[in-house]
Amino acid sequence: MKISPEKALAIATLARLEISPEQAVTLGSQMDDILGYMDKLNELDTADVEPMYTPVDQPGALRADEVSREFSRAQILKNAPETDGQYFIVPRIV
Amino acid sequence: MSQLFDLSLTRVRDLLRSGEVTAEAATAACLERIAATEPALDALLHVAGAAALDQARAMDASGPDASRPLWGVPVTVKDVLATEGLPTTCGSRILENFVPVYDAHCVSRLKEAGAIIIGKANMDEFAMGSSTENSAYKVTKNPWNTARVPGGSSGGSAASVAAGQCFASIGTDTGGSIRQPASFCGIVGLKPGYGRVSRRGLVAYGSSLDQAGPMTRTVADAALVLQVIAGHDPKDSTSIDAPVPDYLEAIQGASLKGLRLGLPEQYWGEGLSAEVDAACRGAVDLAASLGAEIVPVSLPHTEYAIATYYILAMAEASSNLARFDGVRYGRRSTKSVDLATMYTRSRCEGFGEEVMRRIMLGTYVLSAGYYDAYYKKAAQVRRLIRQDFLNALGKCDLICGPACPTTAFAIGENTADPLQMYLTDIFTISLNLSGLPGMSLPVGLGRDTGMPVGLQLFAGNLQEAPLLAAAAVLEANLPAMPAPPIA
Repeated sequence: MKISPEKALAIATLARLEISPEQAVTLGSQMDDILGYMDKLNELDTADVEPMYTPVDQPGALRADEVSREFSRAQILKNAPETDGQYFIVPRIV
Repeated sequence: MSQLFDLSLTRVRDLLRSGEVTAEAATAACLERIAATEPALDALLHVAGAAALDQARAMDASGPDASRPLWGVPVTVKDVLATEGLPTTCGSRILENFVPVYDAHCVSRLKEAGAIIIGKANMDEFAMGSSTENSAYKVTKNPWNTARVPGGSSGGSAASVAAGQCFASIGTDTGGSIRQPASFCGIVGLKPGYGRVSRRGLVAYGSSLDQAGPMTRTVADAALVLQVIAGHDPKDSTSIDAPVPDYLEAIQGASLKGLRLGLPEQYWGEGLSAEVDAACRGAVDLAASLGAEIVPVSLPHTEYAIATYYILAMAEASSNLARFDGVRYGRRSTKSVDLATMYTRSRCEGFGEEVMRRIMLGTYVLSAGYYDAYYKKAAQVRRLIRQDFLNALGKCDLICGPACPTTAFAIGENTADPLQMYLTDIFTISLNLSGLPGMSLPVGLGRDTGMPVGLQLFAGNLQEAPLLAAAAVLEANLPAMPAPPIA
């Protein structure tokens, strides 16, 4: 078993998720099944194969970096859970 | 005579253009159809009723505009595509109150072409699912049998098109999410090649796999919609800067004579239900009788595709979904005192179980000590899978196989075991890894379940035109698909 409930809790912390001890058991066991299935890839020798991270032949084509004012401050803040009209507000940090 | 909502997009477009049908009448017909069918289907998350009618009336006042290819045509779009002023939830609680301030590139293109956005279609949360049962809001039903799923993740789009709620929908396809629901609902679904349609404004799930495309009732309709949404976007660095051919012209007078149709042995054997096999083989026999040459081909790494796909997609998802933190948009937990618990609780209150599972798996496969064993390994196998396609396409013009092993399964049938649900994607998933274009074409109803069966066609890079052309010939020679039995 790769994903013990403790391991599942640790992964959740890394991913900024909070799970209950009961969820850790269920998720850990499901992740175990899924990762077990994925181990199938080890049947293949890929020592000489270049990884393919994107289907684009020449990734990274950049457009000219031009300044434009597409959105107003009010538009950008419109969907924020909390603002003071100028900035995004988050719980106190320090 | 058919009712207005039953007509194909190309037909209604012609009637709108000639003034025989007004934009208001077309919009009203779709809204009436939505009102009649939504209680049974739950295909839409948001209906822009009054705004759409206002827009239609304003368009009628200035009269038809032949320079706009979708003038007055009501369409829906999957709720993963940003629509200015219309809610865009991605089927998730975390975006429950999110109203974008801009349109996705393909939505802008639809609007410029004169289409009227009448609704946002239900979907599996963040496009993670194969049945539209993972939506945080509702479970969409299949218009052919409401006890069955419409497929997913673009299940709302597929059901809305099949039921006549709209004349086309834009879905997105990361591992089959256009083609599989199109197959389950008996419509046409086209996944363009990666980069053919801009991803700007498509809320990212697996960035190297995601692609938006048309879901329609006919092949010509798909060609018309693709014509509108395809093309280079300087604001998507993965968008391809290549000319867009005339897709409608490509399907005119098309023929299958001399076309080499490759049948991968891995798609036509074990695991395929008898009724899907029979319907798809019937379509292949038809293609042969119309002059296509049937060629055996092999995609030898097919059995590794699901594992490869889920590692890469989950890794990309865990990174993409890190942006949902309760700061700039989306849900914020009120039960938090400090920043770290605000992030954590907002995400846990907002995300459903499947999304959490995929984020955790993605986090695991990207974590120190496991990156090479999972993520890099999968990226290497991805290249082998792409090479399989390129090798096969060296021996044939188009690859052909069933879209799904079975017809639409029952609601609840695959929800208990996530891995079992993933395994249903076997025939659609490889294509996204390759980045090549493909489509699902309805070829009839299964003899056992009476549910629609879809045949897939795959083509080489930027070969959407020959793909559509072959599908149009098959469509014209197959018995017409009946309308689904929804009131």
